[in-house]
Amino acid sequence: MAELTPKERMAIERHPMPEQRPEDRVKNFDEVPLGFADENAKREAARCLDCKTPQCVEGCPVRIDIPAFIKLIEKGDFDASAKKLRETNFLPAICGRVCPQDQQCELVCIIGKRGKPVAIGSLERFASDYERDNGLRKVPEVAASTGKKVAVVGSGPAGMTAAYEIRKRGHDVTVFEAFHRGGGVLVYGIPRFRLPLAVIDEDINFLEQMGVKFMYNTIVGKSMSLDDLMGPEWGFDSIFVGTGAGLPKMTGVPGENLNGVYSANEYLTRVYLMGANNFPDNVTPLYQGKKVGIIGAGNTAMDAARTAKRLGADVTVYYRRSEEEAPARTEELHHAKEEFITFKFLSNPTEFVGDDNFFIRQIKCDVMELGEADDSGRRRPQPTGESFVDDCDTAIMALGCDVNPIIPTSNPEIEVNKWGVVVANPETGATSKKGVFAGGDLITGGSTVIQAMGQAKVAAAALHEYVMSNGNAFGYWQD
Amino acid sequence: MPKLYEIVEKQDLVPGMALFHVYAPMAAKNMKPGQFIILRVNAKGERIPISISGWDSEKGTIRIIIMAAGRTSTEAVALKQGECFQDIVGPLGEQTHLEKVSGTAVVVGGGYGTGAVMPPARAMKAMGNRVVGIIGARSKDLVLLEAEMREVCDDVIVCTNDGSQGVEGFVTDGLKQLMEKEDVSWVLSVGPVPMMQAVANLTKPKEVKTYCSLNAIMVDGTGMCGACRVSVGGKTKFACFHGPDFDAHQVNFEELVQRQKMFLEQEKIAMEKLEEVK
Ligand SMILES: Cc1cc2nc3c(=O)[nH]c(=O)nc-3n(C[C@H](O)[C@H](O)[C@H](O)COP(=O)(O)OP(=O)(O)OC[C@H]3O[C@@H](n4cnc5c(N)ncnc54)[C@H](O)[C@@H]3O)c2cc1C
Ligand SMILES: Cc1cc2nc3c(=O)[nH]c(=O)nc-3n(C[C@H](O)[C@H](O)[C@H](O)COP(=O)(O)OP(=O)(O)OC[C@H]3O[C@@H](n4cnc5c(N)ncnc54)[C@H](O)[C@@H]3O)c2cc1C
Ligand code: SF4
Ligand code: SF4
Ligand code: FES
Repeated sequence: MAELTPKERMAIERHPMPEQRPEDRVKNFDEVPLGFADENAKREAARCLDCKTPQCVEGCPVRIDIPAFIKLIEKGDFDASAKKLRETNFLPAICGRVCPQDQQCELVCIIGKRGKPVAIGSLERFASDYERDNGLRKVPEVAASTGKKVAVVGSGPAGMTAAYEIRKRGHDVTVFEAFHRGGGVLVYGIPRFRLPLAVIDEDINFLEQMGVKFMYNTIVGKSMSLDDLMGPEWGFDSIFVGTGAGLPKMTGVPGENLNGVYSANEYLTRVYLMGANNFPDNVTPLYQGKKVGIIGAGNTAMDAARTAKRLGADVTVYYRRSEEEAPARTEELHHAKEEFITFKFLSNPTEFVGDDNFFIRQIKCDVMELGEADDSGRRRPQPTGESFVDDCDTAIMALGCDVNPIIPTSNPEIEVNKWGVVVANPETGATSKKGVFAGGDLITGGSTVIQAMGQAKVAAAALHEYVMSNGNAFGYWQD
Repeated sequence: MPKLYEIVEKQDLVPGMALFHVYAPMAAKNMKPGQFIILRVNAKGERIPISISGWDSEKGTIRIIIMAAGRTSTEAVALKQGECFQDIVGPLGEQTHLEKVSGTAVVVGGGYGTGAVMPPARAMKAMGNRVVGIIGARSKDLVLLEAEMREVCDDVIVCTNDGSQGVEGFVTDGLKQLMEKEDVSWVLSVGPVPMMQAVANLTKPKEVKTYCSLNAIMVDGTGMCGACRVSVGGKTKFACFHGPDFDAHQVNFEELVQRQKMFLEQEKIAMEKLEEVK
């Protein structure tokens, strides 16, 4: 095939990823996007102009060499493309699926200025799936042993990335995880129809094959302290902490403790960590009525809404701002709408009304309008004076999380800001406690998978320098 | 060495209730009075919170008492010595509010709570307090762990509903008699909600400092899910994380009772399924 001209490339339409039909997929938990066929992936890859100064790379928090991996797909060398991705990203199959591409790499893709941007995320997913499905993935190489021991606390994307980056450099790594399985929010938050378990488990399996040890059912700060880990008994030279956010915010509106009112964390954990969608075969129960109300319009809210739909409910999303301000990925909002979910924007819940048995029956909302911009630059919602009442027998609150204080409160030397978010040096991930590095939602208060990974990478590099200097690197920890 | 989460010793206490020593070194290591663990019986199982009635950090074992209330606790009580729990995670929660008090310190235990109050009782005694234990049961044969309570406390009052041993009536009757005789200045009660509420109602007019351990429904036990929300002093608290012990005079017990019924329908189905499996 002759080399295409830029004009020809730009004339190619963006390939939509084939998906399960909405009426089918609301009856199962299988993945919604089905993946590209080889030819479609190549055609989509041909749209990329291989820019000299690729904007897209700037938009990716871990700076993946996007044109390089895409051009390998265009050539049909899918395996090499996957290997290229893995040079910078340990979890491409996950990022390709869950990154908010429309706010990152694809937002700044040059093609997007005139038409639709190159489907970078879908291509990333394609290459890494190809590698996995054809058994081409290799256990990453591990440098000769340094004799240093490193503890990683938490097994979410931050912890998984840190474990990979640190182990790769030849250190002995043990991951401590509070739950009985690894993956963090990837497992107990993000639904299977967006991210199948097999994808996450394969990454954990590869970490194990690299020699990373996992200790589950262990809560650092309770089962042992950070000092214990660095003391004589455990003998770790340094620690990376990636314990995430995860203390759900409640609204404080009357009736929020009624039965049938969940935090999204509880609802999603019951389903995805504990398997309550297969109750009673799995013993963890879930109560869900016929009319489910979701409060909030972020990713978590969309995940809860689409899960409730799959479990047979009639679902309405209530959000106090307008659609434009909704923080969810565009694709998620779009999927939710396709799945027959009702949206009530500019609706602010003011009360949950219960029955004599203490179960929620109704939700009361104020009708809002947008006023002046607030600190966040978004127009502030204010009541119009009108209100309405809807029937509702299950409410799921998806209002974000605060940082779980177990680590900071059990280690007062670790500095936190006024929101309880752990303070870490942006260049090194170093916390105020000697030898302890941090990354992920713990230091942002809630962000994205790829941000967590990026921070973990930065911290791992600094941690390596720290242990190799026998604890002398980073002057500000000297007493 | 025992396997992880292996039952190294099991003792049947009364029908439907058993005491286990389980090898769980990570949990045993840093346990404090009043804390709890969460366990799963098998890979398909539910996570249930269980109080600690003792531990041996040298041997790496914890001691727990389980009462068969529904599906999971019934499965747990059926486990035998040498078998393993699927997972045990802990210690969870904050420790009991312990202090040297001016008058008598009283621990009130109902059902599994009799085991749960032992570590706090020991700690209170070690701080130089006079500690009286009050335990209750329907009748003489159902009284739990009396001998051990006598070892841990300076004095023990047994209450039986039918009067077959000790004070006739409920634990609150025993507590009432004690409060008439002695200056009681600290109370911890652990057991069924109606019992904890009755104790709180009894001590409130006299302003006796009273704590209770709230058995809200839990999932993770670390503050992540909010399933365990309770109202204390008009504020929402997470029982697993801020508690499980709270000032009993501030607790909204009515709400707790209602919230414990959230999964009543499902619990019945789960139990029926267990019968089928059997
Ligand atoms: C429902 C939902 C949907 C989301 N959707 C997206 C999306 O589409 N795209 C995207 O990019 N981001 C999404 N996010 C955000 C993303 O999941 C997080 O930013 C990311 O998981 C943060 O990674 P982390 O490793 O910092 O923390 P987590 O993933 O939270 O992992 C922390 C881990 O640490 C463990 N832990 C906590 N405390 C302790 C302790 N004391 N000791 C031992 N272990 C401990 C936890 O059990 C957990 O496994 C979503 C979040 C949620 C909740
Ligand atoms: C901090 C704490 C300490 C506890 N200590 C002990 C103990 O030492 N020994 C003991 O036998 N029990 C203890 N419990 C109670 C025990 O957790 C419940 O009996 C158990 O979860 C019931 O599960 P099930 O499947 O057997 O019964 P289910 O059929 O699920 O429930 C029976 C009843 O138990 C309550 N319950 C249900 N699920 C839970 C749950 N996840 N957490 C709490 N209560 C629930 C409800 O009121 C329900 O109606 C404790 C609870 C808490 C919160
Ligand atoms: S990791 Fe995320 S942001 Fe980076 S290229 Fe891939 S999809 Fe885009
Ligand atoms: S900006 Fe767009 S066209 Fe340019 S290299 Fe990146 S993906 Fe390709
Ligand atoms: S059990 Fe999940 S927050 Fe308490």
